[in-house]
Amino acid sequence: MAEARRAAFFDVDGTLVRTNIVHAFAFYAMNQGSILGSAWKTAKTIASIPLFLAADRVNRKLFNEVFYSYYEGQSEDRLETLAQELFEEVLRPAIFDGTPRLIEESRRAGCRIVLVTGALDFTVRHLARHLGADDLIANRMRFVQGVATGRVVPPIIEGAHKALVIRDYCVKAGLALEKSFAYSDSFSDYPMLAVVGHPAAVNPDARLARVARAYEWPIIRTTEG
Amino acid sequence: MRAPKSLAKFYEGTEQIVTVERDSPPRVLFSGEDLLLEDLPVGTRVIYPKPPIEGLPNVKSAIRWAINHPEGCEPLHAMLRPGMKVTVAIDDISLPLPPMRTPDARQQVLEVILPLLEESGVDDVHLVVAIALHRRMTEAELRRMVGETIFDAYYPDRYYNHDAEDPDGLVTLGTTDQGEKVIVNRRAAESDLLIYVNLNLVPMDGGHKSVGTGLTNYEGVKAHHTPHHIRKSHSYMDPERSEMHRSVDRVGRYIDRHLNVFHVETTINNRMFDGPLGFLMKKEEEYTDLDRLKLAGMRAALRHMPAAAKRKMFQAVPAAYDVIAVHAGRTEPTHAKILEKSWAQYAVDVDFQADVVVYGIPYVSPYNVNSILNPLLVQVMACGYFFNFYRGKPLLKPGGTLIVTHPCSDAFDPDHHPSYIEFFHRLLPETRDSEVLERKYEREFAENPSYVHMYRTGNAYHGAHPFFMWYWGENGRQHVGKIIAVGADNEHVPRMMGWDSAETLSEAIDVARSIHGRGAQVAMLHHPPIVMTQNRG
Repeated sequence: MAEARRAAFFDVDGTLVRTNIVHAFAFYAMNQGSILGSAWKTAKTIASIPLFLAADRVNRKLFNEVFYSYYEGQSEDRLETLAQELFEEVLRPAIFDGTPRLIEESRRAGCRIVLVTGALDFTVRHLARHLGADDLIANRMRFVQGVATGRVVPPIIEGAHKALVIRDYCVKAGLALEKSFAYSDSFSDYPMLAVVGHPAAVNPDARLARVARAYEWPIIRTTEG
Repeated sequence: MRAPKSLAKFYEGTEQIVTVERDSPPRVLFSGEDLLLEDLPVGTRVIYPKPPIEGLPNVKSAIRWAINHPEGCEPLHAMLRPGMKVTVAIDDISLPLPPMRTPDARQQVLEVILPLLEESGVDDVHLVVAIALHRRMTEAELRRMVGETIFDAYYPDRYYNHDAEDPDGLVTLGTTDQGEKVIVNRRAAESDLLIYVNLNLVPMDGGHKSVGTGLTNYEGVKAHHTPHHIRKSHSYMDPERSEMHRSVDRVGRYIDRHLNVFHVETTINNRMFDGPLGFLMKKEEEYTDLDRLKLAGMRAALRHMPAAAKRKMFQAVPAAYDVIAVHAGRTEPTHAKILEKSWAQYAVDVDFQADVVVYGIPYVSPYNVNSILNPLLVQVMACGYFFNFYRGKPLLKPGGTLIVTHPCSDAFDPDHHPSYIEFFHRLLPETRDSEVLERKYEREFAENPSYVHMYRTGNAYHGAHPFFMWYWGENGRQHVGKIIAVGADNEHVPRMMGWDSAETLSEAIDVARSIHGRGAQVAMLHHPPIVMTQNRG
């Protein structure tokens, strides 16, 4: 890997792809290995949507904790095996047209490409490889004897923690934080954007768009190639 | 009574200059989207544009004549072979200003040459807008520039904007003997024939600048858009005395040696306003009662309109320019003929330099068509374009005072000028020194992937563009002693640019007189329309 003095940190959901972690979870729910299993898990997932929404509204960390608990009991092998299909069937078609170009432009600028996401690592590993990312910072499911516990290895990668892990990453890799870039679509990633020297809002939600305008951050669209 | 022959030249040379007397009417000055009406001190010399040169009676026949009787090469039809690959490069809408009424001069040229290509069996034709590091033109702008028929036939696969950041879209032809890299759009470089359709607004445009700058990338532009080149340009409206043009010419000659380039150059008169705004073309002494009524009505309306509405209103009025010359052929002889006509329209002979010069800064520049004239562009208009509107000696004495009227609002278009915002608010508070800015920050902005992405997929100027805009004012900044902004709606914008502020024009003139004395010569360049001074004494 070429030595880089700076990095470009990309949020994934809504920034590089139009899906989010719920899509990945729904994919797993619908692929339980038996019709009854799939039906039960899918129904349970649908029934939980109001809970997810409420949790997300209250606190993104709480949302993630509630959400990841639904993986409890899944076998590690199965999750890994389905990850390839998840990428091919769900994530790859959802990559925004402008994503490859933005990543290529960052690489040309001498940036190390790092994806920073609240998704589980096995769900986005193939995507990261496909996009040519140098590193992936994502949540990791805790497995006990090959079975998911439904709890992630702390700290949960979200909100303010994204900023902390980016800072730590730069220190360890000898990268200049103030020369680095960060891209996200969501106001919940404000800390991650604020911590680098060159933040940019990508396809921003209304709240982030307001912040971006106030702080004079560039507003980028990846939805068009 | 006819002037005696010996005095005729004197009358011709001075008729565009009015000396303000005790009973002279007040002068109209642009201040962004507002019109000011100001009394100037007795003795002020106001320099007016020449009347518009009459347009060509039949533009298309002039185009046909030009391509059939080209300068320095065989006629266009004789160059065409069935099956050859042709690229037609076109100037973007950074000119003319404001955009001209349809049909645009470029459309008229294309309507002549595209059928000729088709009749000659040339099917592989692409139309490339030579935007260099300017923003991409929108679909609507592309449509307007060439007309429905051409647009429908070519867009989007064969009619598109040049992309200065496409890693596969450029080729390096080589390096000039002075070390300038010669980088050109790949499609243009690999064509059997490159036809460049230009629209010359001012003498700075066209010639070797068309291909060498319009179809290159950041590295190519950087070769001559430096503080060093601008400082040594006297002025950049006078290519013979412009270091920037000397470099551009070296690049262009290198291109001409390696590519088969055929230019179709056009230029227009200065009929910027007509109809209800036609009074703006007149000297105030010539205003009729109706003109005064129109002016009063317009000023009253503008006073009550929000800035965005005023901007929209002005930008909705296209200019009534007429094409006054078309020439075709090899780069240099073609451009020489166009330049001659351009100077004939704009140059007003003057035999003095003033201690104090007043400019009204209007709402539009080459870099904010359909957008905001942000503070950096106000600076470009004052220290760059208007200051450089001279041949020979500048209108302002070295160390003189420049007074500009503009609100200098701290407003930027985040879609068109994102890197300008960072340049203005992050860099200018640190330094205004062009060389420091170039050395420390230019490449960082040029390579910023966010700005690169916005340039390539949105409608943003290139990340490095605000630097070139700051350098653009470099020879002006080096020359003047003081710049005073009149009517700024804030204090920080003028201060960040190193300017003083005054609430009124008379206050600014008093400040200038306190520097240069009560007998200071005051002059005003009364534009728009465009006027340039020629002082070869």
